[in-house]
This record gives sequence, C-alpha cells and structure tokens, in this order.
Amino acid sequence: MVETTLPQYLLRNARTFPRRPALREKEKGIWQEWTWADYLAHVRAIALGLVSLGFQRGDKLALLSDNRPQLYAAMVAAQAVGGVPVPLYQDSIARELQYVIDHADARFVYAEDQEQVDKVLDLKANLPKVERVIYDDPKGMRHYTDPFLMSLERLEAQGRDLDREQPGRFETLVAAGRAEDLALVCYTSGTTGAPKGAMISQSNLVHAIQGILEVEHYAPTDEVLAYLPAAWVGDTFWSLAASLMVGFAVNCPERPETVLENLREIGPHHIVAPPRIWENLVSTVQVKLGDASWVKRRLAGWLMPIGEEVARCRMDKQPLSLRLRLLNAVGEHLVFGPLRDHLGFRRTRYAYTGGAPLGPEIFLFFRAIGINLKQVYGQTEIAVSCVQRDGDVKLGTVGRPFPNVEVRLTEAGELIARGPAMFLGYYKNPEATAATIKDGWLHSGDAAMFDANGHLVVIDRVKDVTALANGTKFAPQFIETKLKFSPYIKEAVAFGLGQDYVAVMINIDMENVGKWAERRQIAYTTYADLAQKPQVYDLIHGEVRRVNRDLPETTRIRKYVLLHKELDPDDDEITRTRKVRRALVARKYAEIVDTLFSDAGTAAVTTVVTYQDGRQATLKTEIRIETVETARDLVPA
Amino acid sequence: MSALLEIREVSKAFGGVQAVSRVTFDVAKGEIVSVIGPNGAGKTTLLNCVSGVFHPEVGHIVLDGEDITRLRSPQIAARGVARTFQNIALFRGMTVVDNLMLGRHLHMRNGVLRSMLYWGPGRREEVAHRKVVEDIVDFLEIEAIRKRPAGSLPYGLQKRVELGRALALHPKVLLLDEPMGGMNIEEKEDMARFILDVNDEWETTIILIEHDMGVVMDISRRVVVLDLGQKIAEGSPAEVKANPLVVKAYLGTKAMA
Repeated sequence: MVETTLPQYLLRNARTFPRRPALREKEKGIWQEWTWADYLAHVRAIALGLVSLGFQRGDKLALLSDNRPQLYAAMVAAQAVGGVPVPLYQDSIARELQYVIDHADARFVYAEDQEQVDKVLDLKANLPKVERVIYDDPKGMRHYTDPFLMSLERLEAQGRDLDREQPGRFETLVAAGRAEDLALVCYTSGTTGAPKGAMISQSNLVHAIQGILEVEHYAPTDEVLAYLPAAWVGDTFWSLAASLMVGFAVNCPERPETVLENLREIGPHHIVAPPRIWENLVSTVQVKLGDASWVKRRLAGWLMPIGEEVARCRMDKQPLSLRLRLLNAVGEHLVFGPLRDHLGFRRTRYAYTGGAPLGPEIFLFFRAIGINLKQVYGQTEIAVSCVQRDGDVKLGTVGRPFPNVEVRLTEAGELIARGPAMFLGYYKNPEATAATIKDGWLHSGDAAMFDANGHLVVIDRVKDVTALANGTKFAPQFIETKLKFSPYIKEAVAFGLGQDYVAVMINIDMENVGKWAERRQIAYTTYADLAQKPQVYDLIHGEVRRVNRDLPETTRIRKYVLLHKELDPDDDEITRTRKVRRALVARKYAEIVDTLFSDAGTAAVTTVVTYQDGRQATLKTEIRIETVETARDLVPA
Repeated sequence: MSALLEIREVSKAFGGVQAVSRVTFDVAKGEIVSVIGPNGAGKTTLLNCVSGVFHPEVGHIVLDGEDITRLRSPQIAARGVARTFQNIALFRGMTVVDNLMLGRHLHMRNGVLRSMLYWGPGRREEVAHRKVVEDIVDFLEIEAIRKRPAGSLPYGLQKRVELGRALALHPKVLLLDEPMGGMNIEEKEDMARFILDVNDEWETTIILIEHDMGVVMDISRRVVVLDLGQKIAEGSPAEVKANPLVVKAYLGTKAMA
C-alpha cells in the first residue's frame, strides 16, 4: 500500500519500527517516551473515542494546547477518521478564540488544562456549534461537573471499548483516507483584518515534505524539539507531517519556560525558529558573555570576528587563508564548539529561520560558530517554497525554490508561486481565496527579486514598500530588522511615507535594558519609566547611529522615539507570531507619529488603560522625541 | 462534623503584653480558615502556638483527638502540621529541589551510613522521595527553576517554593503565614489558585493569615478575626464583613458613624 495520508504513515511506522521512539515529553523531570506503537495506540483510542461521540468525516476538532504528545495524537486521530484538526494559539484571548472556533464550525474542542477549559467554558454561550470539550490534565477540575466536559482518559476508554466491539474499524477508517482530504485548517493571524482559515489537504502536507526531502536529508534516527505553537503551520509540517513521513522522534518541552534548557538536553538534528528566537539567543549569549570572566570575554572578542570572516569567505566562495584556517581551528576549540554545545546545537545539521527577515549580523553570528543556519521562505498557503542550499548560502537571500515549487515574479515585482503544496483556499471565504489564487498562481503579497545567481531576495510586503516625499523608495522592514539586531531593541516600526525623512518608533527590550540599567545603578520602576530615562535614550542613540552607518544616506533614521509601552498581541498591535500590524500601530499612535514629523521635542500621549475588573482610566504622559545627527555630522572631520 | 484541630482558650503573654488571650475556635477537616486582624493582633503568635514554637500558658490545642499543647515543634511536624513563614525561611544557597527534598526529611528512614551508599535502600528511598518532590514541582509549576539556588529567585517564586517545602511533608494541616505578602496581583492570583488546588487535591486543611481582604474573602470557608489578642468575630466571609466589631477594629470608631 502506498501511503497518501498522515494516519496511513503512522500505521506504516508502527508496523515497521514499533519500538523506536516517536514522541517524548519531559514530565516530572524525566523524558517520558512514546514508541510508534504507543503513538498508534493513543491515536486509535482517541479516533474511535471521537467516533463514539458522533464525530464524522469532515468534522472539525479545534485544539488548544502546548506542544504535547497528546496534542499530536489528537490531531492525527481527527485526520484518521477523516476529520480536520484546527490548532489554535493557546495564548489567544477570548474574543479571538470565539471567532475562530465558531468560524471553523468546530464540533469538539480539545483543551489541555484548566486554564484553557475555563476560557472555552466562559465562551460557551457564544459557541453554539461546540458539543463537547475534551481536556487532558484534570488538575484543579475535580469539582467541574459540566456534562459539556469530558476527560481525554474517558474518551480513550470509550475508544478502546469501541475497538473491542468492532475490531478493524479503525483500519477501515484510515484506509478510506484520500490524498485530497482536507487535513488541516490553519488560521493565519495576518497583519490586516480578521483571521483567515487556510485549508490544507493531506496531499499538500505530503508534497510539501517530499519537496523538502528532495533537498535536505532527514534520518529516522533524528531528534527534533517541538516548541513552536501548534497553530503555526510550520509546527504541523515538522512535528507532525515530517516526523510521520520520515519517522524521526519529536520531543516536547517540559514547560514553555524550559525550552532553552530542553533544547540543550535534546540536541536536535534540525530546528526551525522565527527570527525572534535567533535574536533572543544572540542577546542571551551577549548578556551572558558580558557577565563572564575577563579571559572568556577577551577570547570571544578576539575569535568571534575570525569566525565571522571565515563564514563570510565561505558564503562568497573565496579560499581561506592559512591564518584564517588556523585561527578558526583555535576558535572552534575555545569558543565556537563550547558555545554550540551550550546552546544545544552540537548535533544540528540544519537550522532554519523563516517567517520574517533575519538581521545579517545575527545570521553571521550563528554561521560563525559553525551552525548551518539557513533562510527559508514560505507561507501558510504554500508551505515552505524556498531554502538556501548547503554550501550555497548568501546573506540577504532566501535561497532557491524547492524542485516541486514554481516561483515567478509578476511585472509589479510580486512573488507568485504554484505547486502541489498550494492550499485549497480559505475556509468559508471565497473572496479572499479569489484574491490570493489567480489563474492557478498563489499571490504572496511579497515584493521580491532574483539576484544574479538565481537566489530569491524578498524585499518587503508589496503594500509596505513606501517612498519618501522626494520619491526615494525604502522598505521599512529592512530598517527595522537592522535595529532589532541590538539586544536592547525589541521592536521597531519605521515610518516615512510621503515625508521628508525616516522616523522610527522603538520598543526597548525590557530584560536586557533592565539588566544594563541595574549594572549602572539606574533606578527604574516600570517599562514606561525605564524607556524614558535619559541614559537609556543615550544607549539607544548609539544603536540608531550604528544602524544609520549601514543605511543609504537618503533613508537614514532622522528621528526616533522610545515608546512608553510594549507592542502587545493582546492589544492587536502585533500578531502572535510577532509581526507588527503597521496600519493599526500608525493609527493608534497617530499623535506620536505626527510629532515625529514635526519640530516638537516631546509628544503628549494619552492612554486608556482597562483594569482587570473592567474599570478604565486615562493616563497622560510625555515622551521624548530624539533627533539623530544629519548625514554630514556623521562624516569624520 | 468533628473538628480536626481544636483551639481551646489559648493564651500567650510576652512579659506584660498579652499577645493572645483566651482564643477558642475549631477547624474542621478540609476547611480553609483565615485568621485576620490588624497588626499586632496576635495572629502569628497563635500560629506559633499551634506549630509548637511557643507553648501557651493557658489553654489546649488538640489535633485529631490528641493534645499537642506541650509538644515540641518537631513532634508536631511529625503529626502532620506544616507551615510557611512570614519572612521566607528557605536555604538560600540550596537548589529548589534540594529545599523540597529537605521537606521530606521527616519521612526519611535511612541513617547516615545507609544514605551514603549509592546502591540499595538508600538509593530506593532517594528515588521515592524525589518522585514526591517532582509531583510537587509539577503541581506548583516550578519546573523551570528546579535547579536554581532558592536565594536567587524573585520573591514571589520563593514564596511558592516555601509552600512546596511545606507540602513535601504531606501535611494534614498547613499553616500559611501571609503567603501573599509583598506579591503583585498576578502572583497573588497564582498563589490563591495553588492554595485552592492543594485543598482540593489532597484535602489538606489550611489555616492562613492574610492581609489582602479580597483574597481572604474569595478563598476561605470561614474567617476568624483577632484584635488585641482576642477573638472578636468568627463566621463566613460575608458574616464577618458585615460584623460591626470587625469594621471598628479595622477602620476605627469614626467610620462607624
């Protein structure tokens, strides 16, 4: 039998290597293991349990959970009976949850624990289509008597009963699965408008992974760490589809806070992370290095630039001088190797970054310490479509398309693609589907170009590429990414459409700036207070000047402001995957943006704060606008 | 329902100061009882009497039918009474897990020599206790700080670890002295949830001293109010809130007008 759906791959794995590890989770301080046989047993029990509740082909199961073996088993179980998992962001607030669960027509909701169950119970009145909430961890729910609730344990017991009554039912259901079956509805937060549910078929998932496997080499003995939200489609690709198709083991961290520790324990062979995580790792290393002994600091200060030079030479395909080669070998033993080991990348063959551009400095940092970090490019709607090939990695590009994806540019410079991984459309949203798939091509909305070597370079969102009053084009994201390389800057939003210069709104990184302030004995109370300290302005001023040196003279940052508040997904300012909702931010902070383009030195801000009990208060603050020296000032005399 | 803990006419004086004076109340099995009162009302002294730090001059304390008034604190602990302190009392240089393991010492049976051997009963016992400790780590959601020295943790987490150490004893009665003192709202909410969960999961009887009235009213079944060493009220949170004597003790006489 040729496998065409993920549940069919699970049956194959449980048949061919039943005793090999499939899933692990750290619990009670020990890595607990599920073999492929265990994985199948749970999927079988959950699938038949769902059948006993009346779950049918095409029904939706919404899932709210951290990365846990039970979550993945529930997703495959839903697919096994021809149903559709709809993973949701577990940190979503009530309003977002209600919209998505209701829009997806979910009949059942799987909730990990009391926290998630409470959220769904609060919304019960507004979720008429939901029939049952299945929960896993019963802690704190001893006195919950609502018949709306059912424990996973009981569901599995019902499933096992049904399995005894009708042996072979599960196999029949799985065998009925077709490649064209809907396999996943993935709601994309999007930087504009309400979330849209991308419909992804079994064939989409399988072809996406096959495309990757033609280029990259994953082994069944590999280990990966599943730590990114399951609602992000990338987690389904790697932790579910690729694991089932290749047979490698997926490890779930003990808690979200222990990811870095668990990463080190597992030492994954491949890892995907958005730029945010890579940036955080560099910040962590820099901060730790700052606290390290004098010897270590000097060694790193001496050898890191060597590593970066070597990485640069390799990317430019230039021969290494003997001196570089020797020093690099020293660096490998004294700094790079230990650093890789410390971060948990000792065994990593492939490390990917995607979702948003990663600052070249950060990219170089990881390549310098010998991690094969590569840029990938993809979209929920067409999976991963491009990757930088081993030995052919260039700064600033996203590599070349996978063999089974066709990529072209429209006359306007928009990237379009097609291939077997292209999604079926948006759930119950034909207008959005028609606007995205035109003549069989997926329109990405990204402005891109091919460089001389055929590498794809993504510039920015088509609608975000803007121009100053004098017509100079600039990509805000490019400037923002450069700023965000600083460990002290967490977010940045660049403005300048129709203006004379570029101005930026900056979010300081509370943790790192806080530590920096502590070391200098600068007392502060809150985020807003810290952001407005003159010393902090001085610190960021240096960072902005550094970025300006790398920018073309015409689009250098002229003014900036340190925002009094962190951009927060709960306030819709950034998406859960940490992409800034530019238009909303511009509207919300209009008074600040206006001031950035005036001669005023401070901006008055009024904020409405909603307390937990629903009371509202208005806070008035003044925040400082800083001007950066003009280009002429920067030229040394 | 018979009382698990009976406090009968308990009095304790320090020199001329009558810290606790003829206080009587019962605590039933599985209850959460709050002891409230203005500063210096004698709340902590009362807890110290129950846990055997002080011995009352007058009165009796009966746990599960046994008079424990004259017992020393290790003996009382061995009978299943655990406590936390107003000022955190953790071993700052030890890791969180080691602090919790210490909470198991009452249940450890092996002597020094046997514990020093890696194999055999010493190891089996260590594993068994570590399992209990890991259950508590999981329960209190402190996995991420398992191996951190207790002294390096933020205040709110230290309080949580202290609760964990008291829980490691698997107590029948848990005495909490201001478990939420100095916490922010979010930390208080977490702590309140843990206290309710402990009560729910292990049916642990809990007596707590707390200043945050919101928390007290939300989580306690009954409230006992002390003022100047005397019990001035006792009852459900709503009854106590409406009691004029309590309002007077907290707000002074003028507020009554």
